[in-house]
Amino acid sequence: MATTTITDINWQFACRVEDVPTEGGACVLVEGEQIAIFHFARRGQWYATQNLCPHKQQMALSRGMTGSAGDNNEPKVACPFHKKTFSLETGACLSGEDYQIRTYPIKIKNGKVYIGL
Amino acid sequence: MSELKPIAVVIGNGMVGHRFCEKLKSKGLYRIIVFGEEPRPAYDRVHLSEYFNGKSASDLSLPMTGWFEDDEIVLHLGDPIREIDRHQRIVHSAKGIVQPYDVLILATGSSAFVPDINGIEKEGVFVYRTIEDLNKIKAYAPKARRGAVMGGGLLGLEAAKALLDLGVPETHVVEFAPRLMPRQIDSAGSAALESSLKALGLQLHLNKVTQSIEGRGHIEALQFADESCLHIDMLVISAGIRPRDELARLAGLTVGTRGGIVVNEKLQTSDKHIYAIGECALAQGMIYGLVAPGYEMADVVATNLSEGNKSFTGWDMSTKLKLIGVDVASFGDPFAAEPDSRSIVFDNRASGVYKRINVSADGKYLLGGVLIGDASSYNILLQTVNNRLVLPPNPEDLILGSRDGASEGAGVMNLPDEALICSCESVTKAAICTAVTEKGVTTMDAMKKCTKAGTGCGGCVPLVKDLITGTMKAGGIYVRNTVCEHFDRSRQELFDLIKLHGVKTYEETLSRWGKGDGCEVCKPVVASILASLWNETIAKQAVIQDSNDRYLANIQKGGSYSVVPRIPGGEITPDKLIVLGKVAKKYKLYTKITGGQRIDLFGAHVGDLPAIWEELIEAGFESGHAYGKALRTVKSCVGSTWCRFGLHDSVSFAIEIEQRYRGIRAPHKLKGGVSGCIRECAEAQGKDFGIIATEKGWNLYVCGNGGSRPQHAQLLATDIDKETCIRYLDRFLIFYIRTADPLTRTATWLNKMDGGMSYLRDVVINDSLGMGAQWELEMQDLVDSYKCEWKEVVGDPELRKRFSHFVNVPRKKDPELEFDSMRGQIKAKEW
Repeated sequence: MATTTITDINWQFACRVEDVPTEGGACVLVEGEQIAIFHFARRGQWYATQNLCPHKQQMALSRGMTGSAGDNNEPKVACPFHKKTFSLETGACLSGEDYQIRTYPIKIKNGKVYIGL
Repeated sequence: MSELKPIAVVIGNGMVGHRFCEKLKSKGLYRIIVFGEEPRPAYDRVHLSEYFNGKSASDLSLPMTGWFEDDEIVLHLGDPIREIDRHQRIVHSAKGIVQPYDVLILATGSSAFVPDINGIEKEGVFVYRTIEDLNKIKAYAPKARRGAVMGGGLLGLEAAKALLDLGVPETHVVEFAPRLMPRQIDSAGSAALESSLKALGLQLHLNKVTQSIEGRGHIEALQFADESCLHIDMLVISAGIRPRDELARLAGLTVGTRGGIVVNEKLQTSDKHIYAIGECALAQGMIYGLVAPGYEMADVVATNLSEGNKSFTGWDMSTKLKLIGVDVASFGDPFAAEPDSRSIVFDNRASGVYKRINVSADGKYLLGGVLIGDASSYNILLQTVNNRLVLPPNPEDLILGSRDGASEGAGVMNLPDEALICSCESVTKAAICTAVTEKGVTTMDAMKKCTKAGTGCGGCVPLVKDLITGTMKAGGIYVRNTVCEHFDRSRQELFDLIKLHGVKTYEETLSRWGKGDGCEVCKPVVASILASLWNETIAKQAVIQDSNDRYLANIQKGGSYSVVPRIPGGEITPDKLIVLGKVAKKYKLYTKITGGQRIDLFGAHVGDLPAIWEELIEAGFESGHAYGKALRTVKSCVGSTWCRFGLHDSVSFAIEIEQRYRGIRAPHKLKGGVSGCIRECAEAQGKDFGIIATEKGWNLYVCGNGGSRPQHAQLLATDIDKETCIRYLDRFLIFYIRTADPLTRTATWLNKMDGGMSYLRDVVINDSLGMGAQWELEMQDLVDSYKCEWKEVVGDPELRKRFSHFVNVPRKKDPELEFDSMRGQIKAKEW
């Protein structure tokens, strides 16, 4: 995220804020891609990643439970299939395996959620 | 760049050749040219039999990520080498490639050993070695009625499983030796294995020397030397392996008298530019027919070619595997006998469990042993042999001691620092303990990240967990079963706090007693506590529910869900059956009868769930809570209303109990059973609670368990009436719900309870804690506040909206969700 300048980002409307459950996730279809959106209401943060869990290639991450890991409270999601967990900031697998998921820039404007592709 | 590098030519693209390329490539000093005879790239031969369980050839293939990026590896498939010109250091391939080499690695593997028997060329005779062989077997099997496997060793039994999986109606195994797996296990072990395999439908013929294969054109029978014969129409030969050394012979390299390319400790052949690894190599006079030593050989040669220095000095052939579902392990010297050794044997023919350990004559050391049917102590026993640990005064405890695995915990701390715990990633005990003491690692996940231990086959995970706990205890760290990193409390402490303070939400629980944002461990734990205490519908706090509870359905392969309506006691009217059939047809669902006497409908799109349930509820069904840590079913036999042996009406009682406890959330799922007489057709003694009719009333059993570690329920009370039975059950269930750790079934809960069954009986029957009356009230509250979760969702448009795959295109279904078909129904696509 940090390396992309704002002007490069192609922002796409994804859904309305209330479509995503607080402290949970939802899946949107944007330009043919399945993207998982997570709303951490307690900290007022939003995250977006690919919806596909790389472990068994299942479109499921948006249905996983969210949470945080470690002392610096790294935001994460656990896949509902086998509880592989992924950092929502870096996309790295946190349960000790070499998986990596894509993360997307996300912003909220006037009650609408936009994803940067 | 790469032209300047020396060239390593590898002949053979099996598992060992593949591993060698990986290792050599990582050092980056060679250009690697591979010639493989098979038409496909290297695949996992160890799991070949899974090819018959639906795995495809590509599932079995080994990863080659990044192999061809920089052109450092070239792979010629379907092109075997015909000739090695050692003088000019050139190989000639079948397709005419002439390839010079600086070093040559023979990883030609082995072929199936085919004994010289008359009639071996007949149609219907196969070998079991490559995917091509498997394809031929697969094509022929549907025609076969009686199949046999020649060879009762490891591979032979694998092949027999393949025939069973292919649905050959009768499968026989013919073995020349008087026992199965003669290289690994002793006769008593074989006897235990035989009884388990016979129960699975295999017919075994030991001590049989096959003299000829009879039949006109195609196989019809095996004729044995003892003049008996076996009529079959298909034969798979799996009688051992023969090293592929023909190319080496042709090139004039030294080979063993019984085959195999002779190599030294560096795995060099008689030509120092040529190496041999894997099953074609004869190292220390032995052919190593397992993959692990082959991998080690690959590593030795790759290391030495890259300026390292390693030798191959033999391999521990201890193995643990699951053969057709039966644990078989053999370690150290399995056959050591008097006078050098004393054996301790446990033999339970009824359960198919056999354990033998061989102890040195002075009683100090473990030399080896055999485990059949239950190999749970394999890890610690192997460590005890390999590290020459001094045995405790009663070595029989090693196989007879505490059966819940707790004994492993006591032993692991005695291992020496250099003991290899994770052999896939070469992690020692010292590395694991240091990670705990110096890096503060306290969980398995953190340990995997820190040391990589347990990330390979995963077999060492229990041992690593015990080491973590053991090291923490030794360091004076108080090991409490805290829920997770966000709550420094046990489940029971949280339960009491939440109840005492009347907390109703996860958010408040986290704010009061937790930190961070929670996680997938503590959220469902708190959700379960809240549900057990207040019985509010779980749909209210959907995001903290385990994913199945969130969608009130079980997620299945591919991301579809299954629907299980409650069918109390397994009793259902014809009209309701018709409704289930109609709904299943309308929504294109797969249907199956479950083990709990219900009907499961699979393959529902998440968006269809509310509509499906609307129709089911309309017809009088309600949620079966198959997705929840809650009461599943109370199974019943047909009882005195129909059965000529039945003493009481077990169906009515089962329905009454199932309806009483339906929907109640617990630390884990709960199952019950009611049998109308001692014949026990409802299998009530395998349930969390089981009730069996007696002449005078009912017997109540508790804390039984099926699953991976079956445990019989224990008798709590005898000859009680219905009302007393329900009162005891109320108390028992509330006690369990309050005090058990997360995801602990009643059986494990009882096993960990100080005082065990007599304490539980005291609490439930004698009311020793004085809580009985309060618990009965609490249970009655839960019973009275029951609501069907699906009914609530179906009637609430806001809740219904949550059941869509895409929130921005609610009507669109997940396009990735696809089904195959099988026997006239749908089937989830393989992953």
